[in-house]
Amino acid sequence: MSERTVTCIGCPMGCRLRVTLEGGQVSAVDGAACGRGAAYARQECVCPTRQVTTLARVRGRREPLSVKTAQPVPKALIFACVEEIHRACVVPPVRIGDVVVKNVCGTGVDVVATMEAGVGVRI
Amino acid sequence: MTDVDILIIGGGPAGLAAAIAAHEAGCRNVLLLEREPALGGILRQCIHAGFGMHVFKEDLTGPEYAQRFVRRFHELGLSAQCDTMVLSVTPDREVTAVSPAFGLQHFRAKAIVLAMGCRERTRGALQVPGWRPAGIYPAGQAQRFVNLDGWMPGRRVVILGSGDIGLIMARRMTLEGAKVLACVELMPFSSGLTRNVVQCLDDYGIPLLLSHTVTEIHGRERLEAVTVAQVDAQRKPLPGTDQRFECDTLLLSVGLIPENELSRAAGVRVSEVTCGPLVDEALQTSVPGIFACGNVLHVHDLVDHVTIESTEAGRQAAKYAQGQGEAGIPACQMLQIRDGAGVRGLVPQTVCAGRVADVLPLMFRPAAVFKDAAAVVRLDGEEVLRKRFRILTPGEMVRLVVPKEVLERHAGAGELTVGVEV
Ligand SMILES: Cc1cc2nc3c(=O)[nH]c(=O)nc-3n(C[C@H](O)[C@H](O)[C@H](O)COP(=O)(O)OP(=O)(O)OC[C@H]3O[C@@H](n4cnc5c(N)ncnc54)[C@H](O)[C@@H]3O)c2cc1C
Repeated sequence: MSERTVTCIGCPMGCRLRVTLEGGQVSAVDGAACGRGAAYARQECVCPTRQVTTLARVRGRREPLSVKTAQPVPKALIFACVEEIHRACVVPPVRIGDVVVKNVCGTGVDVVATMEAGVGVRI
Repeated sequence: MTDVDILIIGGGPAGLAAAIAAHEAGCRNVLLLEREPALGGILRQCIHAGFGMHVFKEDLTGPEYAQRFVRRFHELGLSAQCDTMVLSVTPDREVTAVSPAFGLQHFRAKAIVLAMGCRERTRGALQVPGWRPAGIYPAGQAQRFVNLDGWMPGRRVVILGSGDIGLIMARRMTLEGAKVLACVELMPFSSGLTRNVVQCLDDYGIPLLLSHTVTEIHGRERLEAVTVAQVDAQRKPLPGTDQRFECDTLLLSVGLIPENELSRAAGVRVSEVTCGPLVDEALQTSVPGIFACGNVLHVHDLVDHVTIESTEAGRQAAKYAQGQGEAGIPACQMLQIRDGAGVRGLVPQTVCAGRVADVLPLMFRPAAVFKDAAAVVRLDGEEVLRKRFRILTPGEMVRLVVPKEVLERHAGAGELTVGVEV
């Protein structure tokens, strides 16, 4: 049995949750002012994930392209994902939602563009 | 001199929403001027997620949120002129602008929407002693360098101020390979969202030093280090608490100031609390036909609120340009809106109750952190509306809506106040 404290991000209350873990499973959550706390603590202690937003290089352009993981990825893989994205070089034209890196770090999650490059109507 | 119906200054989310709303209200001669080379405003550099939860029920990044409006703008055939800096606005709505493509231009508009956004407070506003070395930037400026221009401003970073931009930049700089040593906050609480403290600092083991400040800046050509000290309840540095951080970059996240030089020169009266124009229920400033919305009116933390507010400003500007401004509606007594206890910066500041369409939105910031509190609306002292909140913090703007019926029931009232009661 072990204990952990996490800060709930459900709202600005920022409840400090005391989480009891047994065999890798959450057995109790203390200190939550509402139901969202327990759900958050469970996710955060068993399999914390984050959406990653970063930049990718674009061939022939100095300005970077903003990208995101289409779904959250395991927190422990954030840096590995960013490294793999940084190694990529995107060929324009790119539109929002175009896949820039497939299956990043074997997570099954694709990295997609969040801005356009080389398509824009310049006004 | 070019005549336009509605001229919009600024192509961020505020200007875009206002232009779209004006078009949808039937105005066909709308022109938007933007000094940057592209539309989208500050959202272009906010590559993190957290935009659009209210308007689209989706968690979008800044560029994605902006793109939805830019696309709609073009679909409607609206026109914008980028790379164009507005230099002056007169009370009779003549606008001077300059651009590389067209040189000096003069416009005359039936209605103007101010949507210039805000700028960051700089080091000068803070009075930190020391030399003036390179390596000290407002956090949003650094965000622009990294996200739009592809430059890293430094490798070892200290952040002063825990506003959301500073928190977001702590994570951004870390992901791009820099070492962020600490985030230093003068107040005993962070002014940023809890979500950002957890996901931008805690996730990366970056310490948040509350009740601390930077007391000295070291280095002559390039920043070499900063001294950080703890402060007492009066925010005075405590002797013997000095720590030295070796760093080449200091990012400042110490607040935003609505950009109102143009407004003031046009004769628009500006509030000392919000630093934005004083407006009525139509978001019209003290100069008839000049409207304001978005961060130039008051600093927002949620772009969704900017969109909702600016849509209304665009609709009202269209009405004014079509000659229906105040016509047809009997003149009515003005209701003065005043901040009650625990409330700062109510917008709008005056309301003509008879002109409220169906609800009157009121926006403000709590003056401190309140738990289990209620925001109470009073008309001439009598309670007319109460809304409970589990928590209210200065970092999150509150939007209340007062139904028209409530105002009608108290016709003749002269003052509306909103206060926080615990
Ligand atoms: C760093 C940062 C992070 C944020 N994060 C979030 C978030 O996670 N979620 C969220 O919902 N909101 C967030 N916000 C808030 C939200 O993005 C802003 O409230 C919103 O962008 C304000 O829109 P605006 O159109 O009023 O101003 P802006 O986007 O600043 O647009 C103003 C435009 O006017 C132009 N302009 C100014 N003066 C002139 C002139 N004289 N002539 C021509 N053009 C001019 C500027 O170039 C600019 O493009 C964030 C804001 C910042 C700064």
